[in-house]
Amino acid sequence: MSSPDISVRNLWKVFGPGGEKIPKNPELSSLASAELLERTGCNAAVRDMNFDVAKGEVFVVMGLSGSGKSTLIRCLTRLIEPTSGSVLVDGKDVLDAGTTELRELRRRKMSMVFQHFGLLPHRTVLDNVSYGLQIRGASKNERYAKSREIIELVGLKGYEQHFPDQLSGGMQQRVGLGRALAGDPDTILFDEPFSALDPLIRRDMQAEVIRLHKEMGKTMVFVTHDLSEALKLGDRILIMRNGETVQCGTGDDLVGSPADKYIADFVSEVPRADVLTLKWITDPVGSGTPGDAPVLSAGTIIRDAIPTVMNSSCPVLVEDSGKITGQIDRDSILSVIRSTEVAA
Amino acid sequence: MSTLVRDRAPVQTSANTLRPPRKRLSRRVLLLGAAGVLWLLGFLFLHGTSTLTLPASELTDLHRSLNQFNAWVASNRADNPVFQYVFTPFRSAVDSVANLFTGTFAASSTGLRLPEIGWLGTVGLLSWIAFAVGNARVGLLTAAAFTFFGLQGLFTEAAYTFALVLTAVLFSLLIGIPLGVLSGISGRVSQVITPVLDFMQILPTFVYLAPLALIFLIGPASAVIATVIYAVPPLIRLTAHGIRNIPENTREASDSLGTTGLQRLLTLQLPLARRTIVMGVNQSTMAALSMVTIAALIAAPGLGQVVVRALQSLDVGTAVNAGLSIVLLAIVLDRVTTAASRRAEPGAARKRRISRRSRYILLAVSLVVVLVMVQLSRTMLWAAAFPKNLNFGPDIVSGVGAASEWLQTNLSLFTVSFREALTNGILNPFQSLLTETPFYLLVAVVLVAAYALGGWKLALVTASCLAAIIYLGLWSDAMVTLASTLVATAVVMVLGIIFGVAMGRSNKVDQIMRPMLDAGQTMPAFVYLVPFLGLFGATRFTAIVAGIIYAAPVAIKITADGIAAISPTVMEAAVSSGSTPWQVITKVQLPMARKSLALAANQGLIYVLAMVVVGALVGAGGLGYDVVAGFVQSSLFGKGLAAGLAIVFLGILLDRMTQAAAADPVRKIRSAKSSAH
Repeated sequence: MSSPDISVRNLWKVFGPGGEKIPKNPELSSLASAELLERTGCNAAVRDMNFDVAKGEVFVVMGLSGSGKSTLIRCLTRLIEPTSGSVLVDGKDVLDAGTTELRELRRRKMSMVFQHFGLLPHRTVLDNVSYGLQIRGASKNERYAKSREIIELVGLKGYEQHFPDQLSGGMQQRVGLGRALAGDPDTILFDEPFSALDPLIRRDMQAEVIRLHKEMGKTMVFVTHDLSEALKLGDRILIMRNGETVQCGTGDDLVGSPADKYIADFVSEVPRADVLTLKWITDPVGSGTPGDAPVLSAGTIIRDAIPTVMNSSCPVLVEDSGKITGQIDRDSILSVIRSTEVAA
Repeated sequence: MSTLVRDRAPVQTSANTLRPPRKRLSRRVLLLGAAGVLWLLGFLFLHGTSTLTLPASELTDLHRSLNQFNAWVASNRADNPVFQYVFTPFRSAVDSVANLFTGTFAASSTGLRLPEIGWLGTVGLLSWIAFAVGNARVGLLTAAAFTFFGLQGLFTEAAYTFALVLTAVLFSLLIGIPLGVLSGISGRVSQVITPVLDFMQILPTFVYLAPLALIFLIGPASAVIATVIYAVPPLIRLTAHGIRNIPENTREASDSLGTTGLQRLLTLQLPLARRTIVMGVNQSTMAALSMVTIAALIAAPGLGQVVVRALQSLDVGTAVNAGLSIVLLAIVLDRVTTAASRRAEPGAARKRRISRRSRYILLAVSLVVVLVMVQLSRTMLWAAAFPKNLNFGPDIVSGVGAASEWLQTNLSLFTVSFREALTNGILNPFQSLLTETPFYLLVAVVLVAAYALGGWKLALVTASCLAAIIYLGLWSDAMVTLASTLVATAVVMVLGIIFGVAMGRSNKVDQIMRPMLDAGQTMPAFVYLVPFLGLFGATRFTAIVAGIIYAAPVAIKITADGIAAISPTVMEAAVSSGSTPWQVITKVQLPMARKSLALAANQGLIYVLAMVVVGALVGAGGLGYDVVAGFVQSSLFGKGLAAGLAIVFLGILLDRMTQAAAADPVRKIRSAKSSAH
């Protein structure tokens, strides 16, 4: 995680009259949301958030509705003006940027995909995708050539001359994705992009994002309220509640060691064997374990270890960077699976 | 004309959370009841005293000094610098544009020579334009209508009216679209413009005319200026509305790509608002036609003048003939601009049946034909002036005249008894209640009512309006107008509720009624007088009936929309708990549509007031009569001007009172705002 792409420090967004005073006031800023609303009529949607997003990472912000995640992602490009704090992008604070700088940032560095697509109904798919390029002054030939490339990339070839209302929801979101990609930004922000789509289309689109991430290696900040989506896409996941960070870590961390009861409740229905790695169930090497027992890496997902363990007559050794750290056996795997069944 | 709902600030403020709202409401009812009792008691003991009656030919000092001002303006017009450098050049500029169009389509400025383009060319050219901005159907409609004007013997008059409407709409576009865009972009501009527009909307068409004639003389220039004042507000409103109401997510998406303000305007707001703006042009055009015909009172040439002259001589045949032309012109203008707005819809391009290329070819070919027609009409006499042997106007006039006479004699039993029953039964008693109550008592009653409805603020506004009317010396006339207005509005509300509920409850009724109401709303105010003049003769009653018919469509539509907007879930819940249809209407639909009903009453009042005033042309008394008399007799000019102002104050008074009645008593609940936007 050398030189993070985006670095957020002490970020606040307070809605309501006189909201700008609250972050600086130690008494008010420590109040809980309900009390704050009662006392000041203000609503702190984002409170004192700190996190870094590494280059090329898929960083997921997860929370229930009203947790402030959509506000947070809008603060990154100041679509909503943050109250205080800093957002460093390439070492420069977005909050200090002037109008022109901010516009340049939006045009070239960070683009966004929206829940309700936000397509321009009077423009064709081609013109929608090339909109950002047009805005920054690209010539017609240039922007159409680039846009056709992108349209093919997001799987809309043949639909260039269609209008948004002739497309299904999933296809419309492909246009939204294409529009965000066309400007070749370093970072793409996703605001619950697939919540409005039905489950099958959503799965396709998630796969699409994973594919695009592999092909293009863009940094992605992805907001969702869907835990399985977060676990599927996120390199790291930040869980928000009432505008605050509750826990930030890999999916593995969240499920394996939830920071509090809130997170534990959240992840209780996750099939643990699909998410956790062997390191969470490793026992000390037993005395009866033979030295030539099969060896698995500590990073292996538990479900993937099942065939090896079941086929082995003795416990299986677990190694982490060349060192044997312990062993697992049938019981330890079954205990993970059983606990999931019970929770479900 | 615009029926856009204005944002209304709730008038009542402090309401304690602890006190239930019901108590507050009962206080309101108590005060209103007390005012009513006070009024009736006062009327019983004091009626006929201090009524401030002013006979028709008498003047107050204020009227005389306004007359003197009129004379002063007339004698100083030539050398006063304000006139020399501001008003007169402005007037000649407007005049020259108007003359350009009238000279092209109707007649040269002297009225003796033929127009630049004769009738054949005009028909061809206008139809082609209709085809180009709309579609082939409206093109044919235009051709048929303009040919029909010729057959009616009214081609020149119709062309005059059209030319003036064109001039006024052109100026309206020049002023309205930039202002609308500005007001859509900037909240501050909108804050300044909106109250001005609200105010302009409650002014009855009639009252612009006298002051404008004073400054700009009678004639086309004043007519055009008055028309622009009347026609531009809906355009500004709709343009601003279109620019402002871009879907939030689209706007945000465009912002996230780094658009500048100008880029946002050009690539997003204007294209998306295009349809709304063209709808504004439609409303503006219909308003312009309505006003241009009324401007006949200050010597605007055209169909309006034919109607005015016919109304004054009670020549029903001629009035109907010219009225028919106005209706036709209204239909043509409405259809063409509506077709244009359909064309402006996003995505309209791909729904067309013929390809863009074949359309262009068709347009080019027909343009050649049109140019030939124009050339013909400039060289051949038969194509320049509409052939006299094809003029069926006199036949229509005498036919309608005879029919009207037949109706009046043979239906008199019905029409006269209907008229007399209503006049003697409701109108006269109510009018004498208003005119014979001592003015101080009535002022007190109105103030108490105003306080009950809207607190001190409304009472203050009301007091100022009433004081102004008294100062203008027209209290009694104002009460006559008020009586007619209130009676007509009551009828309008009954119609509004009956038909509105029927439309709101049944899609079928809605589908049948709505086109009729839409058509009714596009007709110029004037035209409504004509058929009722034929039925009821020249009386106040005719004006009231015309006012009711003029205002009913608005009230019905607003009520119907209010009823239809109630969520189906609520209706389902009501029906599933076993309510009868009557219970659903009285317990659920009408209470939930209360705001719409109040708005319907508000708009109904404004429309009725406008019409009752215009009704002076067919014998309604009151302020409208004073205004008309002021146009005709220079010695009554001052009184007419004062009457115009009194109408304005009456309008403001009625508007504010109904708005306050519509506003909810505020129930303050600490609202937890949604976190995001």
